Amino acid sequence: MRKEELLSILRDPEFQELAKNVTKVVTTFTIIMLVVYYSFILMLAYGKDFLSTPICSSCATTIGIIVGIGVIIFSWLLTGAYIWWANSNYDPTVRKLREKFRR
Amino acid sequence: MHPVAIGFFLLFIAITLGITYWAARKSKTATEFYAAGRSISGFQNGLAIAGDYMSAASFLGIAGMVATKGYDGLIYSIGFLVGWPIIMFLLAEPLRNLGKYTFADVVAYRLKLRPIKILAALGSIAVVILYLIAQMVGSGKLVQLVFGIPYDVAVIIIGTLMIIYVLFGGMLATTWVQIIKAVLLLSGATIMTIWTLSLFGFSPEALFKAVKETAGQKWLQPGGLVSNPIDAISLGLALMFGTAGLPHILMRFYTVPDAKEARKSVFFATGFIGYFYILTFVIGFGAVVLVGLDKIVSIGKGGNMAAPLLAKALGGDAFLGFIAAVAFATILAVVAGLTLAGASALSHDLYVGAIRKGESSEEQEIKITRVAVLLLGIIAIILGIAFKDQNIAFVVGLAFAIAASTNFPALIMSISWKRFTTAGAVASMITGLVLSVILIILSKTVWVDILGNPAPIFPYKNPAIISMTAAFIVGIIVSLLTQEPEAEEKFEEMKVRKYLGIGAE
Repeated sequence: MRKEELLSILRDPEFQELAKNVTKVVTTFTIIMLVVYYSFILMLAYGKDFLSTPICSSCATTIGIIVGIGVIIFSWLLTGAYIWWANSNYDPTVRKLREKFRR
Repeated sequence: MHPVAIGFFLLFIAITLGITYWAARKSKTATEFYAAGRSISGFQNGLAIAGDYMSAASFLGIAGMVATKGYDGLIYSIGFLVGWPIIMFLLAEPLRNLGKYTFADVVAYRLKLRPIKILAALGSIAVVILYLIAQMVGSGKLVQLVFGIPYDVAVIIIGTLMIIYVLFGGMLATTWVQIIKAVLLLSGATIMTIWTLSLFGFSPEALFKAVKETAGQKWLQPGGLVSNPIDAISLGLALMFGTAGLPHILMRFYTVPDAKEARKSVFFATGFIGYFYILTFVIGFGAVVLVGLDKIVSIGKGGNMAAPLLAKALGGDAFLGFIAAVAFATILAVVAGLTLAGASALSHDLYVGAIRKGESSEEQEIKITRVAVLLLGIIAIILGIAFKDQNIAFVVGLAFAIAASTNFPALIMSISWKRFTTAGAVASMITGLVLSVILIILSKTVWVDILGNPAPIFPYKNPAIISMTAAFIVGIIVSLLTQEPEAEEKFEEMKVRKYLGIGAE
């Protein structure tokens, strides 16, 4: 790519906005995942009794099983949420910018 | 060996060799050989990633852990899953947009080629070899047990098949072996789960009740795995960010046409892997009730035979044969992916990048890769046989620790921090590699269990909390102490390619 072309993309407000947005969204999603997982770990370390409680008085299923399976399902849904964001925000902007600079 | 097992086993080998023959004609150029011509769709790649990641160890090992330790097995599998969202958010798109064949391409994108490529190749090869040892030893034992083939012969068969797939069929054959394996493994585990649940009126609660009656309430609640929170966090870091630093996994992102498909493949992979871990939870518990704890423990250390034993209890020798063939396919898919990643590190990173400074003809590069494949295959067979009766429990932990401490910090800083310099990257990678190796040696798994010393010098089971943090800190400090205007300038240029994919291959 030529230098001027590169600079014009870098100076483009829409590109700068995109870069800022992506960083913000990606950081938020990462932090959510870290918080969920490490809360689970801390719960295992400090809340064993709570996780060992059955979900009802006659049940064998414990809260821990629900929470554990919940973390797995949540992780997957979170990747789905990111896809949804990227498809509706990231991709259209990328397409627009690439058309604008004919690349 | 049951005729059904032999039948499935031979059918799988015939189909995969057929695919290799077909793929060989489409694996002439370097892009075809390393990246399947970037022709794999997001969905296919999601399956292949799942096939690359779910090793026989996770199928047999986690089901076994659930059977013998109960809830703690689930905790382990969650650790293996949570790295995937992180890969999606932080790495999938930039990797695809910036790299060519290996993650080292991305680290070296704006830094000095030679030192970065040498260290990244070292990190890759260390992870690949350790992982290969674990796979070869585990699979030799498994094949010996279910097929009744002698251990050494089993290792040689596996090694030879994997060399054939990778040598002739490159990434395309490897991908399809992984896809077939993933479909087989997911359907095998699904059948086992539905079958098990059908005996409990399709009520998980009824299954858990039966587990409570046979094994005790302890099986349904967290046990000893997370007693020390620092240990738990350290293990969590290694599993989460180790996954994000595994060279054979990162390599898969170059097989898709663009960043959008790369992102999509993680979505599918996470779904498949998470679904699979939920199944192993049911399978492990099913084994406790339907096979019995005593029998599981008496055959195979750590309950590794829980899933095959459950298969036999459910559907007799025929179903056991099917599950055994699935486990065999699983092993082959993982070792093929590892070998290809190791060979690309040797050839693309070390030979072309570091020795030839990026200037080499494509023919030459592929030739070197093929030699590297052969070499790695032979090394894997030799190490598989050499480590036959060794205690290798620490090996996978070390591989994840190195991946999390050597590969991941350098990768993430190089794509997201402008001031990151070559000197910083070199210092960070050396710190991560050296610290994770030393701390594993000083920890209980090696220092006490293997070397026979009375007490460990390093108190935690996993070094990641120290080695990964140190790799980041050293990388940041050394970068701040050095100046590399060229790298900063290229960071700006990189941004255009990273976000828009302009100029991406």
